Amino acid sequence: MKSVRRSLVFVLILALAFVSTAKADNHQSQSLTIVWAEWDPANYLQELSKDFTAETGIAVDVIQIPWPNFQDKVFTAFVGKSDLYDIVIGDSQWLGRNSQGQNYINLTDWINENIDVDSIYGPAMTAFAEYPKGSGTYWALPAEVDAAGYVYRKDLFEDPNEMTAFQEKYGYALAPPKTYAQLRDIAEFFTRPDKDLYGIATWYSKEYDGITMGFQQVMWSFGGAYGDADTHKVAGHINTEDSVKALEFYTDLLQFSPPDAPNYYWTETLGAYNAGKVAMAMNYFAFFPGVLNPESNEISHDKSGFFIAPAGPKGHYISIGGQGMSISSYSKNKALAKQYMKWFMQKPVQEKWAALGGFTPHKEVLQSDIFKTATPFNEAFAASFPYLRDFWAVPEYAELLEVCQTNWSEAISKIKSAKEALDAIARKHEEIFEDAGYYDE
Amino acid sequence: MLTNHPHQTSRGMSDYQLKMAFIMPTMILLILMNIFPLLWSLYLSFHRYKASMPAAPRFIGVRNYSRLLADPEIWGYFQTTAYFVILAVAAQFFIGFGLALLLNRDFRYKGFVTTLLLLPMMLSPVVVGLFWRFILSSDNAGLLNFFLSPFLNSPIGWTTHPKVAMLAVVIVDTWMWSPFMMLIALAGLSAVPKFLYEAADVDRASAWFKFRWITLPLVSPLLLIALLFRTMDAFKMFDIVYVLTREGGPGTATETVSMNLYKLAFRNYNTGKACAMAYILLIIIVALSNIYVKYLNRVKGEEAQET
Repeated sequence: MKSVRRSLVFVLILALAFVSTAKADNHQSQSLTIVWAEWDPANYLQELSKDFTAETGIAVDVIQIPWPNFQDKVFTAFVGKSDLYDIVIGDSQWLGRNSQGQNYINLTDWINENIDVDSIYGPAMTAFAEYPKGSGTYWALPAEVDAAGYVYRKDLFEDPNEMTAFQEKYGYALAPPKTYAQLRDIAEFFTRPDKDLYGIATWYSKEYDGITMGFQQVMWSFGGAYGDADTHKVAGHINTEDSVKALEFYTDLLQFSPPDAPNYYWTETLGAYNAGKVAMAMNYFAFFPGVLNPESNEISHDKSGFFIAPAGPKGHYISIGGQGMSISSYSKNKALAKQYMKWFMQKPVQEKWAALGGFTPHKEVLQSDIFKTATPFNEAFAASFPYLRDFWAVPEYAELLEVCQTNWSEAISKIKSAKEALDAIARKHEEIFEDAGYYDE
Repeated sequence: MLTNHPHQTSRGMSDYQLKMAFIMPTMILLILMNIFPLLWSLYLSFHRYKASMPAAPRFIGVRNYSRLLADPEIWGYFQTTAYFVILAVAAQFFIGFGLALLLNRDFRYKGFVTTLLLLPMMLSPVVVGLFWRFILSSDNAGLLNFFLSPFLNSPIGWTTHPKVAMLAVVIVDTWMWSPFMMLIALAGLSAVPKFLYEAADVDRASAWFKFRWITLPLVSPLLLIALLFRTMDAFKMFDIVYVLTREGGPGTATETVSMNLYKLAFRNYNTGKACAMAYILLIIIVALSNIYVKYLNRVKGEEAQET
C-alpha cells in the first residue's frame, strides 16, 4: 500500500512538472525570434526591440549568425521547415528564391493595409521587398538599407608633403577620388611595401558574395551588365569589352593592396585599415562604426573620412547592401511578427533606429539633417542612394553568384584571363537560366 | 512452464527469435540511416530536384550525370583532388613511417614524445584550419612568412598564390595526419619478432638488408591499411580547404570535389545534380579502395606462402 501511495505521489509530481513546463512554453510563445547576420546593426536592433518589449510584453531575441555561414544556416532551416525563426532579415538576393520556394509569406495585402508604403524610400522597397520587380507583390519590408562606400586616412590625404608630392606626380590635387582612374592613382601613390603601407583594401574573397559585391559596381560603372532582365540572356552583356576592361582594372588594383588581399572580405578589409596598412578601404557603410571605435582602431579612429564609391568611364553605380525583414512561412508567431514589423516602420521608431546606428529606409528620416550628421559617414551613405544597383534577385541567384565568385576569383589569380572568365560566366549563367526554364517560350 | 527444447528459452523465445530481437534494432537503424538515404539519393540523381523549392522531383534520365561528366570544370576539380591525394598521402606515408622508425627504439621520455606527436590528429580539422590560416597568412603578419622574411624579398602567398595554395593545404593535412600513419606503422614495427633481427645480425646483414627483407615485408600489410584509410579520407577533403583557403581559393586552385559537392548541395540546393555527383565520387572511391584491397590480399598471400 505504501508503495502504491509513493507511486501516486510520484505521478502527481510528474504531472505538475508537465503542466508547469507547458505553461512556461505557453508563456514563451509570447516571444519573437529574429535571425540576422552577426554585425553591429543586429546589436542595434536588439537594443531597439527593448522598447517593443516594454510596450507589448513580447520578448524579442535577435539571433546573430556569422556572415560566411548566414545563408547556409538560414536556408538549411527553411529546407527542414523549422519554426526556429519568426522573422528573417535576409539579403535582397534571397527574395526570389524564398518567395518562390514558399519560405517567406506573401505580405502584399497586409502591407497595403497596414504600412504607409509612400513613407519608405522607393528603391529600397523595390530592392528589399518586391518580387518580381515591378509587380507590386511584397515579401518583406526594408530593415537596413546599405551601400558600399570607402573610408580613407585623412591624416595621409591632408598631409602637406603628401599633397605636394601627389600634385607633382599626377598633376591634380590629392583628395577623395571621384573616378576609378583617380582611385587607381591614389592607390598607387600610397603603396609603399617597405613601410608596410598600401593604397587600397577592397573585396577579393571567394567567400559568400565577397568579390562579386566588390567588383560588380566597377563592372557596371565601366559599362558592363549581368544580362537582360527581361529575356535573361547573358552573352553579349556580361562578356563585353567594357566588362573585360573593368575586370582587368580590378585585377590591376591588387598590386596596390596588401599581399593577403585576395582573401579580403569585410573583416580583413576593416582589419587592414584599422592596422594602418592601407590609405583607403572599401566596405559596406554599416561596418564603419568599427573604424571610429578607438578600441578597434587605435591608429586612425579620429583621422578617418568617408566617400562614396567612385564613378567609372561609362556610369556611376554602387553595390546595394542591407536586408529586408520577412516572416518565415514556418513561424508559429506570424501575427506577432506582423505586429513587430508594423511597430518597426513607425517614424519615431525609425528615428530611434537611425539614432542607434541603423540605416533607416524611412524617406523623411533618411533625408533629415539629424540622420546625415548622426555619424561622420551618414552623409556619404545618403549620397550613395541614387546610384544603388543589385545582383540578380531570381530564385537561382545562389547558383549564379557561385559561378561569378569562382570565375572572378580565377581572373584575379591569373588562372584565367578576364575574357575567359567572363565568357565562362556567360555560358554558365545561360545554362542555369535554361535549366530553370527561362528560355522555354 | 519450462520446456526441454534446447532452442527454446524460458519465456518461449526460440534462438532464432532471440537472434532477430538483438539484430533488428541495428538493422532498422541501418536501413533508416544508411540504406534508405543511399537509395533515395540514387533515385534523386536521375531527377531535376531542388530541396529548397516546393516542386516535386522531375525525371530527367541520366542528364545530371551527362552534364557533370561533360563539364570540364568538374574534371578540373577531380584533377585538383587527385593532385592533393597523391601529394598529401605520399608525404604522410614517408613522414609517418620515418617517425615510426625513429620511435621504434627505447629512449628516455619515449611515451611523452609519442603523445606529443599524436596531438595534431586529435584536434578538430576546423580548428587546425583556423590556426594554420594565421600561420600561413600571405603577408608579413603570417608567422611562417615572419620567420622566413630575412631570407625572402617578398612574402610567400601561401593561401593567395594559385601555385602555392595547394602546397599549403598539403602541409596542413600532412601535419595533422602523419601521426596517424606513424601510429599504425609503429604498431606494425613493434610486432616484428626480435629474433629475425638477431638472426640477421648473426649473418652480418646490413641495416638496409634488414629493413628491405625483414621490416618492410612484415609491416607492409598494416601500412597498406593505413594508406587505404588515408586515401579515402583525403579524397573527401573538405574542412581544411573550407577554412584555410576560403572555399577552395584562390580561384579553383584548391577546390576539391567534396568542396564543390557541398556548394552544389547546400548552397545552390541543386539536390538532384549533387546526388549524381556524390555517386560519381562514391564509385571512384570504391574503385580506388578495391585496388588497395587487391594489393593487400596479394601481399598477405605472399606472406602465407613464405611461412
